[in-house]
Amino acid sequence: MAEKSASGEAREQANEQHIEARRRAVSAFAQAETDMLARLWEEVGEGRPIAAVRGPEVGLVMVRGRVGGGGAPFNLGEASVTRASVRLGEGTVGHAMTLGRDLERARLAASFDALWQLDAAHRDMVESRVVLPIEAAIAEAETKAREETEATRVDFFTMARGEDE
Amino acid sequence: MYVAVKGGEAAIANAHRLLADRRRGDRTVPALTLEQIAGQLSLAVDRVMAEGSLYDPDLAAMAVRQARGDLIEAIFLIRAYRTTLPRFAASQPIETGRMRIERRISATYKDLPGGQLLGPTFDYTHRLIDPEMAKDGDVAAAERRETAGDSHAPRVTDILGDEALIEGDGDRAGEAEPADLTRSPLGFPTGRDLRLQALARGDEGFLLALGYSTQRGYGRTHPFVGEVRIGFVDVEVELPEFGFAVTIGRVRVTECQMISQFTGSKEEPPQFTRGYGLVFGQSERKAMAMSLVDRALRADEFDEERRSPAQDEEFVLAHSDNIQATGFVEHLKLPHYVDFQAELELLRRMRREGDRPAEEGDETE
Repeated sequence: MAEKSASGEAREQANEQHIEARRRAVSAFAQAETDMLARLWEEVGEGRPIAAVRGPEVGLVMVRGRVGGGGAPFNLGEASVTRASVRLGEGTVGHAMTLGRDLERARLAASFDALWQLDAAHRDMVESRVVLPIEAAIAEAETKAREETEATRVDFFTMARGEDE
Repeated sequence: MYVAVKGGEAAIANAHRLLADRRRGDRTVPALTLEQIAGQLSLAVDRVMAEGSLYDPDLAAMAVRQARGDLIEAIFLIRAYRTTLPRFAASQPIETGRMRIERRISATYKDLPGGQLLGPTFDYTHRLIDPEMAKDGDVAAAERRETAGDSHAPRVTDILGDEALIEGDGDRAGEAEPADLTRSPLGFPTGRDLRLQALARGDEGFLLALGYSTQRGYGRTHPFVGEVRIGFVDVEVELPEFGFAVTIGRVRVTECQMISQFTGSKEEPPQFTRGYGLVFGQSERKAMAMSLVDRALRADEFDEERRSPAQDEEFVLAHSDNIQATGFVEHLKLPHYVDFQAELELLRRMRREGDRPAEEGDETE
């Protein structure tokens, strides 16, 4: 019994890791510039045919905030999004949703999701040659913005006042 | 007798052609690109996104261009566009505590954790027209300073909240589905979720004037800016095709925590109360005005007498939408020939009856 539940736990853990890895990958695909996605697909897609299953199609997502920043949710306003589902030659289906109305970006992001799911070898390849470079590009842009903001930090300095010894 | 019942088709067609001509202006001057509008008039684009209630900088830039810079007209275009699209999902609530901060200031704490980051602000400029603006001179790249930390900072209200001197964010209400004024008509009284949605898309000028009125005594506030922060937050959506939440991109928002007059009751010790502002894009004037009005509209929660316009939710919410307002005001210029003829006829009859010397028969009424 104990063994069985232990293996069940291990399976659950592996499943969670798988979900977390895919979440990270899909989030990277959605945030990459279209040019970058196109170039990377050129490099790793091996000229696979991409068949549309759904879309790409433009629609809306209602963006929510929280009352006071951390309270009950409220509807802040909508954002345009594009979603796509595609099937690779091998039969794997990938999905994507990206902010904005760039159809090609959503189609490519869905294609990478499908390629990531193909098998372990493709997953590792996509992780190292697509996900990591995208994350690095995002991190570089964010570092630049952060450092520019940092230069506007107010450094208060104290002035001595009165006759304190 | 013949009466004109239709016409003007050629006039309308030519007027639109003239509009297109005037919009383009002098053909020897290069046309504005969307990149120029989104990049160099970005705060106009932000306002169109906020009040159009649709985050899409490219589309907002197109609207600004089409509207010749008339921002309410551009907001109208955005509102009309959104009605043509299906809604795929609602996002997870954005986490402003995890914002990649571009600007963050507090007027209540000099040394708050995370510090004061001025960012790209008009504050402390002299507000004098710069002759350089008539030219296209070189602009130096922004100064950079290395930093070890990430660009997050705790919200000021979370800092003060630890001491229970300030009211909390309130109940998460079991994550109930929030009210949505794009789906059901406005009814009163409203919940705070619906009010914040209406204020977030409300007219900046209207909210600014109302917020100002509370400062001048029309309403009870003595506010401090606990914090204003501007920056990017991730938008996460849980999609059935994945079965988990994924990041679909990021949006720039401005958040204001306005700390206001404290109250206490038998159940609650005295504590500061709060108004909240959250707006798409970089717009701290709007976020601050919103937070003042949000606080004023909570009068009933604190047993405050509602005597001023900013405390009257029906007055505020029924008039804050500039597309509704402009629609009703501007419809007055459309043909009202028959209405007006009827009033004219009535007026003539009243005059005729007034001119007539009083006769005995007239006195009977």
